[in-house]
Amino acid sequence: MENVNFEDIFEGKMAKNEIVEPKDWMPENYRKHLIRQISQHAHSEIVGMLPEGNWITRAPSLRSKLVLLAKVQDEGGHGLYLYTAAESLGTSRDEMLDALHTGKAKYSSIFNYPTLTWADIGAVGWLVDGAAIMNQVMLQRTSYGPYARAMVRICKEESFHQRQGYEIMTRMAFGTPDQKAMAQDALNRWWFPTLMMFGPPDIESPNSENAIKWRIKRETNDQLRQRFVNQTVEQVEYLGLTIPDEKLKWNEAKKGYDFSEPNWAEFKNIIKGNGPCNKERLETRLNAHKNGEWVRAAAAAFGKKQMEQYAA
Amino acid sequence: MSDSQGPLWEVFVQKKAGQPFVHCGNLHAFDKEMALENARDLYTRRGEGMALWVVPTAAIVASSPEDQGPFFEPSNDKVFRHPTFYPLPDVIKHM
Repeated sequence: MENVNFEDIFEGKMAKNEIVEPKDWMPENYRKHLIRQISQHAHSEIVGMLPEGNWITRAPSLRSKLVLLAKVQDEGGHGLYLYTAAESLGTSRDEMLDALHTGKAKYSSIFNYPTLTWADIGAVGWLVDGAAIMNQVMLQRTSYGPYARAMVRICKEESFHQRQGYEIMTRMAFGTPDQKAMAQDALNRWWFPTLMMFGPPDIESPNSENAIKWRIKRETNDQLRQRFVNQTVEQVEYLGLTIPDEKLKWNEAKKGYDFSEPNWAEFKNIIKGNGPCNKERLETRLNAHKNGEWVRAAAAAFGKKQMEQYAA
Repeated sequence: MSDSQGPLWEVFVQKKAGQPFVHCGNLHAFDKEMALENARDLYTRRGEGMALWVVPTAAIVASSPEDQGPFFEPSNDKVFRHPTFYPLPDVIKHM
């Protein structure tokens, strides 16, 4: 039999822009990189439900409550799409949840900031989901099939999230002076944390090189961040609000805005676990997991019985 | 480590009556009923379909990508299965 060099086949696929499927051979580092990235993406969706979930009971109208419930439910669904995509690489749900619960795996640092007012729910949908879309649109063409397909589905749903957030901001920005002040305050607090979502600057991003080489990512952190700023300025102007950055200025030469870097020391500190809500988020997640224990046990026992009857 | 989520199921959605069921993803569930309800909640929140199939992933038998060449080889040399293999006389306009 001919000696097949799997590495050559894989590199050939990369060169031809082809998609890798679960049963295809892949380098161990590619697999590891994907498991880390997809599971942390899934964790971000799940933990991302928490800052918004705490406003469901306080939404200012029945309509806004229904919308927020639907959005938070979507985020849970996104987590599930992503967990099964990661499982197709040979990890298990229990392993991934364990990594989240013991702090071994990270989730997006943005969810360690508090949602203090209703305007924050607007800013989160508009800016945080907006930044996530920027990243996820790129990931629809990522080289791993199950991840790319999950992203197509997620992107369709995210645009609802961003629009409902912008609607909240619009209502407040065009509302009473107090409401407008709340909208500005939310923008002030969420602007730089949102810019951090794209990750550290390219020159100090440890995982970027392989991610680009393997076409897991197709654009760098700085490219995505620049595009986000370019696109968002107009949306802020419409609201009559001000981006809290004195250096923000159109640069005709690069056909884009110049802007200040976020505080990267703050970013690193949050990743280390010292953000304003790290402890609270993890505790809430752990409680949810613990309180659901009996449901999982009951479902497993029931399922086992069903399967036995089916086999008999 | 054992998995606490139950076995994996593949989900197929039919968009409209008469159309094929198309694979859309997978999920965990402990039994058939739960698989079907989870599939509804996870994959059809926006009217994506009017019928669902859920199939235990373990029940699917798949060809392996490595054998793709030899496995499908028998059909590669049978060009005579395609209608364009047979030239038509110029005078025949339709067939």
